[in-house]
Amino acid sequence: MESKEVLIEVKNLKKYFKVGRKQVLKAVDNVSFNIYKGETLGLVGESGCGKTTCGKTIMGLYDATDGEVIYEGENIHSFNTQEKREFTKKAQIIFQDPYSSLNPRMTVGDIIGEGIDIHHIYKGANRKKERQEKIFELLDTVGLNKEHTSRFPHEFSGGQRQRIGIARALAINPNFIVCDEPISALDVSIQAQVVNLLIELQRERGLTYLFIAHDLSMIKHISDRVGVMYLGGLVEFTTSDELYRNPLHPYTQALLSAIPVPDPEEERVKKRIPIDGEIPSPINPPPGCKFASRCSLAIDKCKEKMPEFKEISHEHFVACHLVK
Amino acid sequence: MNNRLLEVKNLQVSFNTYAGTAQAVRGVDFHLNRGENLAIVGESGCGKTVTSKAIMGLLPSPQTIIGKENSYINLEGQNLLELDDDKMAEIRGRDISMIFQDPMTSLNPTMKIGEQISESVFLHNNISKEEARKVALNMLELVRIPNAKLRMNQYPFEFSGGMRQRAMIAIALACNPKILIADEPTTALDVTIQAQIMDLISDLQKELNMGVILVTHDLGVVASVSHRIQVMYAGQIVERGTVDEIFYNPKHPYTFALLKSVPKLSSNNKETLYSLTGTPPDLINPPKGCPFAARCEFGMKICRVEEPKPMSFGDTQEASCWLHDSRADITGVPRELISRGETYGK
Repeated sequence: MESKEVLIEVKNLKKYFKVGRKQVLKAVDNVSFNIYKGETLGLVGESGCGKTTCGKTIMGLYDATDGEVIYEGENIHSFNTQEKREFTKKAQIIFQDPYSSLNPRMTVGDIIGEGIDIHHIYKGANRKKERQEKIFELLDTVGLNKEHTSRFPHEFSGGQRQRIGIARALAINPNFIVCDEPISALDVSIQAQVVNLLIELQRERGLTYLFIAHDLSMIKHISDRVGVMYLGGLVEFTTSDELYRNPLHPYTQALLSAIPVPDPEEERVKKRIPIDGEIPSPINPPPGCKFASRCSLAIDKCKEKMPEFKEISHEHFVACHLVK
Repeated sequence: MNNRLLEVKNLQVSFNTYAGTAQAVRGVDFHLNRGENLAIVGESGCGKTVTSKAIMGLLPSPQTIIGKENSYINLEGQNLLELDDDKMAEIRGRDISMIFQDPMTSLNPTMKIGEQISESVFLHNNISKEEARKVALNMLELVRIPNAKLRMNQYPFEFSGGMRQRAMIAIALACNPKILIADEPTTALDVTIQAQIMDLISDLQKELNMGVILVTHDLGVVASVSHRIQVMYAGQIVERGTVDEIFYNPKHPYTFALLKSVPKLSSNNKETLYSLTGTPPDLINPPKGCPFAARCEFGMKICRVEEPKPMSFGDTQEASCWLHDSRADITGVPRELISRGETYGK
């Protein structure tokens, strides 16, 4: 385990948004974890739990309110413009919605080549040709054709657009990619294609992924380690096998039991842990454990004191008073 | 008593577009019994929503062509295809109701929730507005919305996603319909809320003895609630059967692929998922032969020439695939796909 090299260290990261007068929305509140080189780290949670904000803050797309994101020894939030540009060469993002994340007025070639142009990857007399060849190569990698270069995004289906998004992210050879729900907008049969592509690319190029999703079965499939988020904070963090074999936090247990299993026999015998109501507003959250209002096991202590995020067994972190 | 609530025969729907006529639904037959939950499963663009909107009479009229020859949609003996708009409006909401995928865009943002529910009660029944409001309040309680009295006077923006979907269900059920059509009711919702809404639909179905048509692309969702499943592809039903038959003994390669492409919690980490290559065919010029042939691993010559006829396996299961013809070359085809009659357990 010690041989794992840390690529990104997230330390007490906070991202608050001001809403209205004197109200603060704590989208990400004190989150810490490491991302190892070459692994896939999954972040799961319901919508509104802050997983996307967390990903975007790690990418530097949002300025952090407090805390650090350390990439190869340097805090990315203290970068100046020049350094930030250098950082974006190494870190890229794939967005959730393949319809709104591609500029409808640019050709596919230009969308993919934009990063190459911005960073002046190719210099010298042959740069136009090299750029063109790189675009062809990328299209081939993600399973599209050369002929697609001059087409516009509206001519493609959802799955194909997501492939264009992946090609764009790969264009400048990054080593870290944030995948922000890359498959939730796609059909089941197309999801498998995109996930297979992502896994294959990781194997070939040694990429590191931060994979954000709300689909627990897909997260389990693609991730090495998984963090479960609730209302801006991590509630459980461990390897993906351990999380599914031995979930400790009541929220994780409820989430897991809510996944519909494509197996009627299993569904009939399965006991679902009910989880009532919905995620409360992150504006002025209650003191104590944030999950207490929906937790069936909550005791008085939960409503008063925030549980500590502690390591229960090797590499298994939980924030719950009831887990000893 | 006749148990059959709805019978659809040879439904054909096409749309006039700039590019030509798109044949969205190409000859669909099915029936729905009282108190039964029928799932229609398929990818986007396979015609599942168009089928349900055709039953509701909600398709835009000038550009839609619904084939009327040899086809009918029978609701307890009444052919819905022959009714005029006024008659159809009477049936909609009273006999058949529908809930949609996106509860925010299907609710009226400028009307209070209570009014939206009582509107249809008032229109369909000969009662006063006051009484209609009482029914609406009962409905909100039925769909388990806490503080129903307060919620009656709120607007949709004050509701969360799951609550909005509950309100939609309340509107749909307000007139006690015989059939509820749920078009991807949980796709826009979180897993935890999805579980709540599916439980609610299935509880209400038993309580009210309704027929439910559940339209979805996610096979996982239907495993626990549906009785029968039909799988649609390119405007046709390629396979139908009971839940157990479809999940444990699929006969059509498309069903087989759909089932295999979902990762299981028990499967190995980062294993390559079974995936279908390519995309569904263009419905403006549907291909000759089997529509799935171009993406099918086991495709044969005949598949591209002649359309397969539905073949039955037992009383309830039917699949349209040439692999089950006695002349088919079945080397290399998984045994579970071609085994006849025998159901293998888990």
